[in-house]
Amino acid sequence: MNFLASSASDLVKNLESGDVSSGDLTRVFLDRIDSCNGQVRAFSSVTAEAALAQAEELDERRSGGQAVGKLAGIPLAVKDVLCTKGQLTTCGSRMLSSYAPPYDATVIARLRAAGAVLLGKTNMDEFAMGSSTETSFHGPTANPWDRGRIPGGSSGGAAAAVAASMAPLSVGSDTGGSIRQPAAFCGVVGLKPTYGRVSRYGLVAFASSLDQVGPLAATAEDAALLLEVIAGHDELDSTSAELPVPSYSELLAEPLQGLRIGIVESHFADGLDGEIEASVRRAITLYEQLGATVHPVELPHSRYAIATYYIIASCEASGNLARYDGAHYGHRTDEGRMLEELAEERRMLVEAGDSAGAEQIDGPLVRMYRRTRAEGFGDEVKRRIMLGTYALSAGYYDAYYLKALKVRRRIRDDFDAAFQQVDVIAGPVTPTPAFALGERMDDPLAMYLGDLYTVSANLAGLPALSLPCGFSDSGLPIGLQLQAPPFEEARLLRAAHQFQQETDWHARRPSLVEES
Amino acid sequence: MSDQPYEIVIGLEVHVQLRTRTKLFCRCSTEFGQPANTQTCPVCTGQPGSLPVMNRDAFQLSMKTALALNCQIPEFTRWDRKQYYYPDLPKGYQISQYDLPMSCDGWLEICETQGESSEKRIGIIRAHLEEDAGKSMHDEASGRADSRIDLNRTGTPLLEIVSEPDLRSAAEARAYLDELKLLLQYLDVSDCNMQEGSLRVDANVNLHLDEPSGLIATPIVEIKNLNSFRAVERALEYESRRQYEVWLEQGVKKGDIPKQTRGWDDQLEVTRAQRHKEESSDYRYFPDPDLVPVVVTPDEVERVRRSVGELPAALRSRLQAEYGVSEYDANVIVNQGRDFVAYFVEVADASGDAKRTSNWIQQEILRRMNELQISIRQFPVDAVDLASLIQAIATGQLDSSRGRDVFGRMFEQGEAVTDAMQSLGIVNVDEGSLRSLCEDLLAENPRVVAEVKEGKEKAVGALIGQAKRLNPNVNPSEVRAVCLELISQQ
Amino acid sequence: MSLSLADVQKVAMLARLQLSDADLERMTSQLGQIVDYVNQLAELDTENVSPLSHAGELVNVFADDNPRPSLTRAEVLSGAPKQDEECYRVPAVLGE
Ligand SMILES: [Mg+2]
Ligand SMILES: [Zn+2]
Repeated sequence: MNFLASSASDLVKNLESGDVSSGDLTRVFLDRIDSCNGQVRAFSSVTAEAALAQAEELDERRSGGQAVGKLAGIPLAVKDVLCTKGQLTTCGSRMLSSYAPPYDATVIARLRAAGAVLLGKTNMDEFAMGSSTETSFHGPTANPWDRGRIPGGSSGGAAAAVAASMAPLSVGSDTGGSIRQPAAFCGVVGLKPTYGRVSRYGLVAFASSLDQVGPLAATAEDAALLLEVIAGHDELDSTSAELPVPSYSELLAEPLQGLRIGIVESHFADGLDGEIEASVRRAITLYEQLGATVHPVELPHSRYAIATYYIIASCEASGNLARYDGAHYGHRTDEGRMLEELAEERRMLVEAGDSAGAEQIDGPLVRMYRRTRAEGFGDEVKRRIMLGTYALSAGYYDAYYLKALKVRRRIRDDFDAAFQQVDVIAGPVTPTPAFALGERMDDPLAMYLGDLYTVSANLAGLPALSLPCGFSDSGLPIGLQLQAPPFEEARLLRAAHQFQQETDWHARRPSLVEES
Repeated sequence: MSDQPYEIVIGLEVHVQLRTRTKLFCRCSTEFGQPANTQTCPVCTGQPGSLPVMNRDAFQLSMKTALALNCQIPEFTRWDRKQYYYPDLPKGYQISQYDLPMSCDGWLEICETQGESSEKRIGIIRAHLEEDAGKSMHDEASGRADSRIDLNRTGTPLLEIVSEPDLRSAAEARAYLDELKLLLQYLDVSDCNMQEGSLRVDANVNLHLDEPSGLIATPIVEIKNLNSFRAVERALEYESRRQYEVWLEQGVKKGDIPKQTRGWDDQLEVTRAQRHKEESSDYRYFPDPDLVPVVVTPDEVERVRRSVGELPAALRSRLQAEYGVSEYDANVIVNQGRDFVAYFVEVADASGDAKRTSNWIQQEILRRMNELQISIRQFPVDAVDLASLIQAIATGQLDSSRGRDVFGRMFEQGEAVTDAMQSLGIVNVDEGSLRSLCEDLLAENPRVVAEVKEGKEKAVGALIGQAKRLNPNVNPSEVRAVCLELISQQ
Repeated sequence: MSLSLADVQKVAMLARLQLSDADLERMTSQLGQIVDYVNQLAELDTENVSPLSHAGELVNVFADDNPRPSLTRAEVLSGAPKQDEECYRVPAVLGE
């Protein structure tokens, strides 16, 4: 049996019926990682020993007739942004390159409790800041469909791992499209849940009011299964919603008859790649055939979403990343060299007769902070910290941060109005298919503008899903985005699942030559 | 004040550690004095991914205090991040309240008793809830100067109470602090232990000078490191003199230079300029997105208001009005705290003699509490027993000096009044033996009898001591009355 | 250009980032472009709009005041760049 090509839902059945043990299944995926990770670099760390130990323990429990969880024995990959107790959690940053947290994230604890087997941590843009997984301290991840291209980001490793069959499921995080965009670029399903649906406790914060953890999988059915496990109220997260978790898997088959789909015509305007437009419009036609009706809706403030997003996300990030200062954990600059540098600077100033300058030189602590942070963070993280610090500094708060929060309200109001008329909004995930490695690295603004279809859902706190709906002529996956009102994940998963019953885009796999 | 050529203007910021079992945003214990870094968790050490959750009791205690300070409680309040880098602040920001604090616009009435006593309302600008930082200790011993950081205290709930600059002297500042501390103790919201840092004071001070050109203000200075109320007084006295001298020398006015921070040196009794932080104070406050706002309903405010209880100012008035004690006595009693007042009230009610009760507890009870360093709760004579003693004195069963002997017995042996009297052999002297004792005395002291007959009634006093020596149980006033009666019959 | 080199220098200090002269120059130009882009928000009238800082808009989330076990000191200090079995160690704190 080819377990690599099986869905997680099928693997659950295989494990239950005893077709395979979780130990053997885990070895299958560890072998696959062994042979493919060199080409794709989806994983930044693989915890083979711990995974096998966990799998074997589950096998024992199962054979002993003990209760096992919903994902018992299912191997799974986790974005390196979720804290795993005693195991590396680097966030793709030199700052945390040897950081092993003293605790498990709530999502990790729930996965363990459900019996999922953690294969390792997947590569990501540094601190989830990026749309290409190129800013990682571990180096870039490749798109399994075309290794000269980026897999998207920031959950690029998580998407690539599923696309390359290195894991049947993975967990990512999405602050402005970081699950959906790599899902689209890698041809898998990715869901950003409603803000508050999944606990953020132990998710290393990028922008607290936008971050959400969500599933990536080959199928909507698998995404539903994973979401059921990780969603739900957590008393350790003040922003977690106190609402019951529906049985997403059981709601997948409900007919789409009468589903009202909204289309934002301006999303199909200039800048959208022609092949993407064609695939997305075809997908919408298919929905009509499935009984849905299509209606134009407007989101007049969505053109301000990128500006709003980059202000809010950067302001929050500048605060969230202040803790990385070399005092309590993570990287610290070489203190001996730092003190020499200070002494040398002071000597030169005194020699030049600038005693006032020598007086004003950094103290050792301040210099330790500045060198540590300069060494520990990469360029993109520094840019966003700088932007956020600037926007919050004296005299600018109202013009930037406060203004952005007001526009955010307008964006949310637009969605609320649109969802009076329709049940979901369908459109593209990205303006172009996966771009080439290095293409946008020196043009941050161009990189940011690529997020134009995804950031609104984070600003408005809505659930949004990306699913494969076609391929470009050059063989790159194309994604369809579905957005719904708050806590309507079931609606998204159901729409995606029934689309996948009629299409086989999701069943295609990139051809990777296994290296032995 | 008129002897100074300037007016001192003082505002105080008081940080009060709230009496909660756990920290403000995590459930680590707040117990004092534990080994360094043993009361920490992912949240209070600022580990990546950790998130704060607000302590309900901390909010309730804050609201109770704010209401006792006559503050308004806005319907909507939220938490902000105050961003600065310091190694005792592991997140790189302190969670505090900036533009929407949980309370504002209150006042505290103080009573300045130096000279003639006068009441004055000191405005409270705001009282807000925030988390404490950790402790950094300088370590020279390590060869290279390192600092050691203990994060046990990090995240402890603090209520910051900011007064208006309404205080006009060091003595007034002291009176404000005494009254505030008393209030906090009545509310039982803090242990107010300054040694353990449960109560910390920063003072903002400048001078107003009435110059020919008009009113002039000197630059505001914030004084830190004030580790006792006495230090606050001394520092303010020193700093106002210093500012006046600087004014005479340099003539720098408020607004000419940024606000300065000076530290109080308790040994040398001077304030000293503290080194400026790199970038004055651009704290880049913004609402903490990891926390949600608190909405307080009018019902909730009323519920908490009802839990506040009777406060010192109200109690002082009530003791004067209902028990007829003097203003001074009411102060002494109320300043001892809620339990002491309760003790007084119980004794006064049970004995029916508030005046005598007031004297007794101020003299005998307070003296012994102070000697033994015990609280009224630990005091061995309970209110009912003391009331019986006071009644025995009031009805003439005991004279005051025998009363004190009985009290001593009650205090040391834990005996009730009658038992103590018995132990001391105190029995009532019957009419017949008193008369014969007096007759004997008069026979032995013809000089006294003669003096009384000449009109010097006072002379009879000499007999009372002798009577007591013959029988310690006699009542001096009865001896006096019987002797005078016998003399008049002669 | 909306941002000067001096602005960027000041922000770098606030953010505790040591930037080389070349970094500063590049940062000034890149941040300038981004700031110019986000300045488009100014064209929107948001006069009577209340800010939305959280999509969830939850209120009154509290925890009870019941202690839970802390981490052990070894766990807490295990990731510290420098420590002495009891405390974190950092270069001298100045300012007293
Ligand atoms: Mg404060
Ligand atoms: Zn803690």
